[in-house]
Amino acid sequence: MTDADIALRVEGLNTQIHVGSDWHDVVRDVSFSIRPRETLALVGESGCGKSMTALSVMGLLPPKVARIGAGRIVVDGIDLVAADEATRENMRGDRLGMIFQEPMTSLNPVLPIGFQVGEALMRHRGLSRRQARQKARELLELVRVPAAAERLDAYPHQFSGGMRQRVMIALALACSPKVLIADEPTTALDVTIQAQVLALIADLQEKEGLAVLLITHNLGVVASVADRVIVMYGGDVVESAPVGAFFARPTHPYSEALLAAMPRVDSDGGLEPIPGQVPTLTAMPKGCRFATRCALRTDACAELPPLAPVGGDPEHVARCWVRRDS
Amino acid sequence: MIRFVIKRLLLAIPTLWAVLTTVFLLVRVVPGDPTIVILGDQASAAARAELREKLGLAKPILAQYVDFMGQILTGDLGRSLATNRPIVDDVAAVLPYTIELTIASLIVGAVIGIPLGVWAAQSRDGFADWFARLFSLAGVSFPAFVSAILLLIVFAVELRWFPVISAPRTDALSERLAALVLPSLNLGLLMVAYVTRVTRSGMLKALGEDYTRTARSKGLAQRTIVWRHAFPNVLVPVVTVVGLYLGVLIGNAVLTEIVFNRPGIGKLIVTALNQRDYTLLQGLMVVSAFAIVVANILTDLTYGLVDPRVKTP
Repeated sequence: MTDADIALRVEGLNTQIHVGSDWHDVVRDVSFSIRPRETLALVGESGCGKSMTALSVMGLLPPKVARIGAGRIVVDGIDLVAADEATRENMRGDRLGMIFQEPMTSLNPVLPIGFQVGEALMRHRGLSRRQARQKARELLELVRVPAAAERLDAYPHQFSGGMRQRVMIALALACSPKVLIADEPTTALDVTIQAQVLALIADLQEKEGLAVLLITHNLGVVASVADRVIVMYGGDVVESAPVGAFFARPTHPYSEALLAAMPRVDSDGGLEPIPGQVPTLTAMPKGCRFATRCALRTDACAELPPLAPVGGDPEHVARCWVRRDS
Repeated sequence: MIRFVIKRLLLAIPTLWAVLTTVFLLVRVVPGDPTIVILGDQASAAARAELREKLGLAKPILAQYVDFMGQILTGDLGRSLATNRPIVDDVAAVLPYTIELTIASLIVGAVIGIPLGVWAAQSRDGFADWFARLFSLAGVSFPAFVSAILLLIVFAVELRWFPVISAPRTDALSERLAALVLPSLNLGLLMVAYVTRVTRSGMLKALGEDYTRTARSKGLAQRTIVWRHAFPNVLVPVVTVVGLYLGVLIGNAVLTEIVFNRPGIGKLIVTALNQRDYTLLQGLMVVSAFAIVVANILTDLTYGLVDPRVKTP
């Protein structure tokens, strides 16, 4: 793949947060790239580093508490890690859009919807208030908010949760970004609304040629919309695969456990919880971070395994000494 | 919005009625016979009976209540016991001074307190934050008469920028304004303290909210995020505090008015207390209560302006 085919490239990303008096890694050596129209799903349980990865890409890490320690994040040939804040500000909302988990709190309660949707266009495209309003109406129609023209002056509290998430999508897509980061976009919504919102994102992705980075812990969502999957555990990528290969042959013991813990319609067996819990940040084991909860643990696991191909497929890699190709 | 205004105004009627009834009862349940307090314990029974008649205290309590309400509804507050002048005239003479002092102090509080609070919130635990916190602590804890004397010594006696006596001799606007500066600064200092604290904590909360992160994700500049996205959300608590402390301001005005030798409602209350002028006191209580009710209505109506959730439910 050349850079021209890639919307977002992340290389060796290392993100740290400040706990006590030390910086601890919450994202370690994460690399991936996404092509236009492709959806990459980042999967893992709470605290695995998936949201920190998204916030790092977006440049929204809380200052003083979190920082990027190393790595490159390249969009449009610009490395966001090396760039100054003014450049990052110019890219945010223009080349990169983001939708958040909580549609109820992510919109400003005291500003009208039309203004919030069109604001990025005033900032990045120099549109007047009036032009931005016109464009906001088109965007709300694009995300299928009924009676968009009349609702431009409405406030967030007058919308339902699903409608607010549509507004958030319109807001994130205002400047036709190349990359859309969706951090648990459907977690706070009803199941029926979830499907509508996911279908909407997929539809817009096709129309606008978006690259989507989807953060989720819902493997059902992954199976229905993602092209590729990255599983994270304790800040490490433990498995990365095309979606078909992942569901056909989950290789890392953690991926396997995640799938076993997922409710399925076609099986009457119970759910299998993953024993134990994620070690705290200050007590992460050296070597494989999943070793403390892994049934296949061996002495080798005291050292961190590399991401190695599985089943001879270079697109499918896993970080496990036991399950790697010998 | 119009429905909201009408609803709020209608709600004020029972509030005012309750306040007026309380004032009426308060004056009458105070222990001791007012005629003895006024005439002294050597007064003859005949003189006391005459005064009772004059004060309307001889009538049954219900009749007194009806008289009292009737008078107030027609805008009559009775006559002063000490001077026999209509109380309405006395109040009308000093009310403009009280209103201008209150409004000027509010402006001082908002103009200094809001930017100070916003500035402090942005540099949490930094220099600006410590400065604002110290300043507001000093503002709350400094007695008004001490700060008034300090202001007078520095700006009126030493620097001679403003007059020492703040009762203007003419009605010229420049003179009135010059006489207003030090008293409103003094009274406004308290307001600055409260407004700074509320603004600071409100901004800290707003800057951590999800919608602030959304604003950041649009690539907006910090200044835009602070003033356009976070600050409007802080207006509701700020308006609340300003509205609540209007009452405190009216009470604190007494000390400021005395030290700066200004006419005003506060000073009139002290005069009435010193002279045991019960009717004047009752009239002033009615006026103050009325002022606070009006301040509360204005506060509520302002909510409708700053928070869309109030006017568009």
